[in-house]
Amino acid sequence: MSVFEPKSEEECAAIILEGDSFEIQGGGSRAVGRFDGNSRNILSTKGMSGIVDYEPAEMVMIAKAGTPVSEIEKALKKGGQRMIFEPLDYSGLLGNKSKSTIGGLIATNASGPRRFVAGAARDSFLGVRFVNGKGDIIKAGGRVMKNVTGLDLVKLLAGSWGTLAPMTEVTFKVVPQVETEATLVLLGLSDEKAAQAMAAAMATSCEITGASHFPVNVASSFKEFGDNSVTLLRLEGFKKSVKLRIENLQKALSSFGEQLILNDKQTKAIWADIRDVKPFADSTNTPVWRVSVAPMTGYKVVAELGAENAFYDWQGGLVWLRMDAAPEADKVRAAISKLGGGHATLVRASAEQRLSTEVFQPENEAVAAISKRIREQFDPMGKFYTGRMD
Amino acid sequence: MSTAKKSEAVSTGIQMPKPDPAILLKRDQIVAALKAIVPGEGVVDDPTAMKPFETDGFLAYRFMPLAVVLPETTEQVSAVLKYLSNEGVPIIPRGAGTSLSGGAIPQEDAVIVGLSRMIKILNKDYENRTLLVQSGATNLSISDAVSADGFFYAPDPSSQLACSIGGNIGMNSGGAHCLKYGVTTNNLLGVKMVLIDGTVVELGGEHLDAAGLDLLGVICGSEGQLGIVTEATVRLIAKPAGARPVMFGFDTSEYAGACVADIIGTGIVPVAIEFMDKPAIDICEAFAKAGYPMDVNALLIVEVEGSDEEMDDMLARIVTIAKRHKVKVVKESQSATEAALIWKGRKSAFGATGRIADYICMDGTVPLGQLPYVLKETARIVEEYGLRVVNVFHAGDGNMHPLILYNINDPIEAQKAEDCGMDLLKLCVDAGGCLTGEHGVGIEKRDLMLYQYTQEDLDQQMAVRAAFDPEWILNPSKVFPFEARGNQKPLVESA
Repeated sequence: MSVFEPKSEEECAAIILEGDSFEIQGGGSRAVGRFDGNSRNILSTKGMSGIVDYEPAEMVMIAKAGTPVSEIEKALKKGGQRMIFEPLDYSGLLGNKSKSTIGGLIATNASGPRRFVAGAARDSFLGVRFVNGKGDIIKAGGRVMKNVTGLDLVKLLAGSWGTLAPMTEVTFKVVPQVETEATLVLLGLSDEKAAQAMAAAMATSCEITGASHFPVNVASSFKEFGDNSVTLLRLEGFKKSVKLRIENLQKALSSFGEQLILNDKQTKAIWADIRDVKPFADSTNTPVWRVSVAPMTGYKVVAELGAENAFYDWQGGLVWLRMDAAPEADKVRAAISKLGGGHATLVRASAEQRLSTEVFQPENEAVAAISKRIREQFDPMGKFYTGRMD
Repeated sequence: MSTAKKSEAVSTGIQMPKPDPAILLKRDQIVAALKAIVPGEGVVDDPTAMKPFETDGFLAYRFMPLAVVLPETTEQVSAVLKYLSNEGVPIIPRGAGTSLSGGAIPQEDAVIVGLSRMIKILNKDYENRTLLVQSGATNLSISDAVSADGFFYAPDPSSQLACSIGGNIGMNSGGAHCLKYGVTTNNLLGVKMVLIDGTVVELGGEHLDAAGLDLLGVICGSEGQLGIVTEATVRLIAKPAGARPVMFGFDTSEYAGACVADIIGTGIVPVAIEFMDKPAIDICEAFAKAGYPMDVNALLIVEVEGSDEEMDDMLARIVTIAKRHKVKVVKESQSATEAALIWKGRKSAFGATGRIADYICMDGTVPLGQLPYVLKETARIVEEYGLRVVNVFHAGDGNMHPLILYNINDPIEAQKAEDCGMDLLKLCVDAGGCLTGEHGVGIEKRDLMLYQYTQEDLDQQMAVRAAFDPEWILNPSKVFPFEARGNQKPLVESA
């Protein structure tokens, strides 16, 4: 079995036409999913690298799929812009040194704290070129913000974890950097109270762009807060506007107890840690779940499970949950289902645990049947490894 | 709602399939079966009563459907789809029928499944900022239901008084506010949907992102070809403290276009940036007396949101930018009345234009940097056809809406207008944009799809379509040109 690193989409198409049994890879920094250990060809997009087009005034970037995210971010910084979905870097949590690629970032829909108000990677993703299992080079979407021309295949590829087709080129929206950011911190709230405080904050016109909560035992990994749970609310924008809004927010949340404010630098640092799941980046393989539920459901799931190690993002709707030893998938998913639904992905576990667990939330029969038929339409001969998402 | 004047004249340029005689013969039997599923007033089969269903907001084409069924529950929709797909009868899903691209126009051997009796708001959940609604409810009824509590639903197509949320999902509708808040797909969290065989599935919900493949993402904007959505969970957003428009007049469209790019590039995200050219300014001012400057050739209406202090700050920044682009007139609204007048003028643009002529409204999107070039080319192309054009559109996202003026009762001019429109859409594609930013492909732009996509691109889309509806029962004549369908089952033979 070989590793293929095509340099062009034509070469990629030729490899697919001639070969069989491919595992599609970007940088390999988000190796989430089930890998059964069977020998397969690796089809890597790393050979297709480079920014194709970037005009800051257009607020769009086109890059080959294998371009390192670090290179993209460097170019964006120079242009005074950023990806609004706040790309999540899994390498710390998963303990690898792999270089994330833009294709991999989109294929894993890896969105950070701003996702709950500004959309996921999939919402910034405007256009794509890919090669299907028949070796056809296909384009979908485009480079403009508003585009309803035909079926939105772009959304299907976002979050397909390399199981539908290798992307060769991606086009995505970028936005200007903000002048400043600040965080209002509420100290000492219970998980339930924190959920209420975050909901109250989101009901104001303060335009929060991050709402996260750390129970005491997880908050202790951030030395600066002492022995308190912390609830963090981030605001971004022009200095004057942020100052005004944070004052309004302080008033609106005055009944929730003690408050403090983090400055621009502190805010950047702590939200990067939240984004990259720093509290659980502990160089172990202890199972970590990424749970997506309604904002007011997150703390209830944690309570139902009696979990000790959990923290919340997305106003409480995203729960990062570290287990003690076993993944206990059935228990976790039963709690989610009982409390109103959502899904859980086992983003970290030992290779054995991942093989014996359904890493991605099982779909019901009808939905699974549609997904299966869609996969067949991208790859009729079954050349691409899909077991990763099973 | 931007529609030409109502007229009986019907164009013939766009091919529709020949009705299946076997289905026409079974009509009585089909109607009886539908009446058994949806009792009472739920089945419309009288030709006079079916008249309003002949067409939609794209008035140039009309066909009498076989029958219309208006279910009241998801279970009824399920039973109807199961029955009709078993019988092989084409199904045309219909929301409010405001489509500007012919997305809801029926064909003679098809049954319209209309959602107009499923309009209930089922749950408002402010803590989770979501709302669960039946898909026939109007777009505006959602914002109205939560407004008193300080929330709104962001996508606001100009037809929002009439258009349904189900139709919005079908077309992935946008609106003036989408510059800041995104379009339907960015504000839709979940759906209950009936598949072609009657199976009911739920996708998404109050949580974010898909567990597996993002089926919700491909359903949104699928123009009624993948299933019928009966319920939707949408995102609510807290209302801003305030909003204020300001008008900028320029000597040329080029200055205005460059100003738009500069505002956005600076990091200011206005809620809306609307563009009007000279003919639009004249028409709207005559109609609304909004106080638009008359000695300029291009007008921008920029709206910002926030507290008074924030808006002052943001508007000061925007005015500074506009001055760099040789702005001639700056007019800030000094009161709520003035603000309302500024918007009244803009919002009456389509209606006011309709008073002076019939028109067709195009909907291509272009990259922001291409706006000045595309405006210039638009003027040239329209002039070559000997027609007139009015430009009024969402400039912040490059979504053009040239209104081509013509006389609908003059078949030659009507054909010219249609051809001219197609040329303008090709111009958008050539400039790096797309055929449709928010109105959908429908039948209107169906035959241009091969201009934007290759055969392989369309094959992949049609293959995904077939994963939901292998026999092409749902809205079969839309989106994909007949000539591109190859061995896909339907409709090679056209009338």
